[in-house]
Amino acid sequence: MNIIRIPILKLKDFLLVSIQVELDDNTVMRFQEDLVQRISETGASGVVIDLTSVDMIDSFIAKVLGDVVQMTKLMGAYVVLTGIQPAVSITLIDLGITFTGVRTALDLEQGLLLLEEMTGE
Amino acid sequence: MNERMIEQVRVPIVNELGIVTARQKGREISKKLLFNSVDQARITTAISELARNIYLYAGNGEILIEVIYSSGKTGLKITAADSGPGITDVRQAMQMGYTSSNGLGAGLPGVKRLMDEFSLETEPGKGTVITATKWIR
Ligand SMILES: Nc1ncnc2c1ncn2[C@@H]1O[C@H](COP(=O)(O)OP(=O)(O)OP(=O)(O)O)[C@@H](O)[C@H]1O
Ligand SMILES: [Mg+2]
Repeated sequence: MNIIRIPILKLKDFLLVSIQVELDDNTVMRFQEDLVQRISETGASGVVIDLTSVDMIDSFIAKVLGDVVQMTKLMGAYVVLTGIQPAVSITLIDLGITFTGVRTALDLEQGLLLLEEMTGE
Repeated sequence: MNERMIEQVRVPIVNELGIVTARQKGREISKKLLFNSVDQARITTAISELARNIYLYAGNGEILIEVIYSSGKTGLKITAADSGPGITDVRQAMQMGYTSSNGLGAGLPGVKRLMDEFSLETEPGKGTVITATKWIR
C-alpha cells in the first residue's frame, strides 16, 4: 500500500501543513513522524495544521492529532489547528472528543497571526 | 416493521484500505441521498469507527451500507459484521473511554450518538453484528 506524504512547508520560523488528502491510517502515522522530524531539523517555533479540506475526523485520527499537538509542545513549539469544518466539529462533540488545550483559529491566515502573537515574533 | 431495501453496497474489510473504501462509499451515498453536511459527516465517521473496529479486533469482516425505506422515511443503514472474538462485556465496551487497544474508547458510544438507531449483537467466540441507521429529516 503506498503511503501518501503530507507536505510540510517552512515559512520563516514556522511550519505550515495543509491536509488535502484522505487520511488513511498509514498516512496519518507517517505525518506524525515527518512533522516531529521536521521540527527538530528546522527548530521551528510554531506549527499550523490546516484542516479546511478534511471532511471527517474519527476517534483514531483525533487521537493521532492530539498526540501530534502534545509532541510538538514537548519539542518547544506552539501549535494551532485551523479550518476545522463546522460539520466536523459537531461530529467531534458527538464522539465526546474535546481537544482540550489545543489552540484553534478560523483559517490559515488567522492561525499564522495567532502563532506570531504566541511566539512574540 | 415494514422495511424496504432500495440499494446496497458491500465493502469487505480485510485491511486498512477497506476502512477508507467503506468511508468513501458512505460519503458518496449519503451525499446522493441529500443528507445535510453534518449528517454526511456523522455517517462517514460512524462507518469509519465500525470498519476500524472490525479491522482491529476481528481481523476481517464487512460493512454493508443500505438505503432503506420504512413508513414514509428514507434512511441509510450501516451493518458491520464480523466473525471475530465477540464482545464479552457489552456494557463496558459501550462506555466512553473504555478501550482494549490504547485508543480513546470513543468509537462505539460515538456511533450510538452519531446515528439515530443503534443495535449490537455479539457472541463470544462467534462474532459481532452492529447496525446503525440515520433517517433523512
Ligand atoms: N467488532 C469487535 N469485535 C470485538 N471487540 C470489539 C469490536 N468492536 C469493539 N470491540 C471492543 O470494544 C472496545 C470499545 O470499542 P470502541 O470503538 O468504543 O473503542 P476503541 O476502539 O478501543 O477506541 P477508539 O474507537 O476510540 O479508537 C474495544 O476496545 C474492543 O475491546
Ligand atoms: Mg474503535
